[in-house]
Amino acid sequence: MNLKLTIVVVEEDRDRAVAIVDALTQSGDCEVFVIGTTIGLARKIAAHAPDVVLIDIDNPTRDMLEELTLASGPLERPVAMFVSGAAGSLARAAVEAGVSAYVVDGLTPERLKPVMDTAIARFQMVRQMRNELAETRRALEERKVIDRAKGLLMKAKGLDEVQAYALLRKAAMDQGRRVADVAEALVTASGLLS
Amino acid sequence: MKTVTLPVAYMPLVDAAPLIIAQEMGFAEAEGLALDLIAAPSWSSVRDMLAFGRVDAAHLLSPVPVAMAMGLGGVTTPLSAVSVMSVNGDVIGVGRELEQRLRDIGYGFDFADALKAAQALAQVTKDTLVFGAPFPFSMHVELLRYWFERSGLSEKQIKIRTIPPPLMAEALSTGEVDAFCVGEPWGSVAVDQGAGALLLPGTAIWRFAPEKVLSVRQDWAETEPEKLGHLIRAVWKAGQWLSLPKSKTTAAEILSRPSYLDVSSELIDRALSGHFTISSRAEQRTVDDFIGFHAGTTNFPWRSQAKWIAHRLSLENGLSSSEAQRLGGAVFRSDLYRKHMIGTDADLPGASEKLEGSILHITAVASQKGELSLPPDTFFDGQIFDPDEAH
Repeated sequence: MNLKLTIVVVEEDRDRAVAIVDALTQSGDCEVFVIGTTIGLARKIAAHAPDVVLIDIDNPTRDMLEELTLASGPLERPVAMFVSGAAGSLARAAVEAGVSAYVVDGLTPERLKPVMDTAIARFQMVRQMRNELAETRRALEERKVIDRAKGLLMKAKGLDEVQAYALLRKAAMDQGRRVADVAEALVTASGLLS
Repeated sequence: MKTVTLPVAYMPLVDAAPLIIAQEMGFAEAEGLALDLIAAPSWSSVRDMLAFGRVDAAHLLSPVPVAMAMGLGGVTTPLSAVSVMSVNGDVIGVGRELEQRLRDIGYGFDFADALKAAQALAQVTKDTLVFGAPFPFSMHVELLRYWFERSGLSEKQIKIRTIPPPLMAEALSTGEVDAFCVGEPWGSVAVDQGAGALLLPGTAIWRFAPEKVLSVRQDWAETEPEKLGHLIRAVWKAGQWLSLPKSKTTAAEILSRPSYLDVSSELIDRALSGHFTISSRAEQRTVDDFIGFHAGTTNFPWRSQAKWIAHRLSLENGLSSSEAQRLGGAVFRSDLYRKHMIGTDADLPGASEKLEGSILHITAVASQKGELSLPPDTFFDGQIFDPDEAH
């Protein structure tokens, strides 16, 4: 068989989708379509009659794809999340990397492997970037709250910035809590009292 | 006592309460367990995490492990349902347009009579009716299909589409679905957002439907009997605590936290108390036993419940019922439940199967300790399911 593989990637974020499509196209002879996560997903996917459907494991619309596994019409192709035989370890690696793949029945592991190897690597990278971004955002948010708490203490108790931070840190240590949590409690309480 | 950490997946729903309460109120700790609770974004994700070993136990839709044993769906790793975590707890609702059409014919939204509701729906349905449900293998779908079939509603063109509950309000407003069946708090959320009105509680179709099961991998159940015993008992004690009237406010507060359901405790309280606001006109309805976590034999995984699910799935998928019941019935592990609950306060029934739908009133049956009361389990059409007779 030297027919092109048809792959559908379900991904809302355009940049992420482009990165995945580029990698897949480079890895082999395949045609890749991207579908955003919308209502009516299963029907839109079925219209492309794909061999493989890739979707982020954390995507809440994933359950809509489960309908594909039940396709029973004469023109519909049954899809399975491959788990048995030679593809089993691929499936496990995919789940760990955060991608789930729905594969048309009968697609051999030999044809599937290059696609999955690429998808796994790419999703892993995307996931890592997303986690880093979330972590950075959280750190920024916390810093903002700590700054506000310091400001409140400086104003209320006539402290300088270093003293205000020292007071926050001491309160956190005494209560066995994080500085950011104490700062947030202070900001919330002061909002209620003002 | 040293605690063992156990990763457990769940979907953020009111009926995940036994796991959340087991951890938060110390029932897990008393059994030497620390539950590492992982909120999943979808049911496929819960199933995959369990099947591929990312977690050791999960809050799962009761038909999922049965369907998997029958070879239906994407994954077929053998799972065991070791106890029933909750009975009932679903609501059926309609979008604004259908609500208006129902009001136009004078339908009173009694939130009780399944047959009347079906007749009213049939009267206002022109050609097709599309229902949204959270997952293809779910009690939601089984209740809907049973209701359509036995009420004459199936004479209309009806479709069921999978819609994740958080997207149900959007699906209603775009017209992708006309009506829905979801677990709480999502029905109340839809009402609160002005997306629709509630038509029936799940209990109006089947009064004792096994909704969610505590599920583990079959091989894990064999290799980790001690952990399994601790887990079953911790969840059982949490269900007992949840069944106390005085626990409801605390339970609603805990469930509403951002790390769990992240919806207001007032919305969660509706399911726990059975006091519903069914429409944006603020109409109030009360349902007895809307959701059950403990009473009678709630947590006992009756083989006949699994066989009912398997039988229904076999009809829908053109499979042999006796074969489906053989494969699917074995998934509900009444044997393991007995083994691990002996020596607790829990009373165990003498039998592992019952005639589903045969109990009209609270009935005392023979049990290990003498007498145990079974709650009513009737279907709206009065039919009785006898596993041995069903084909």
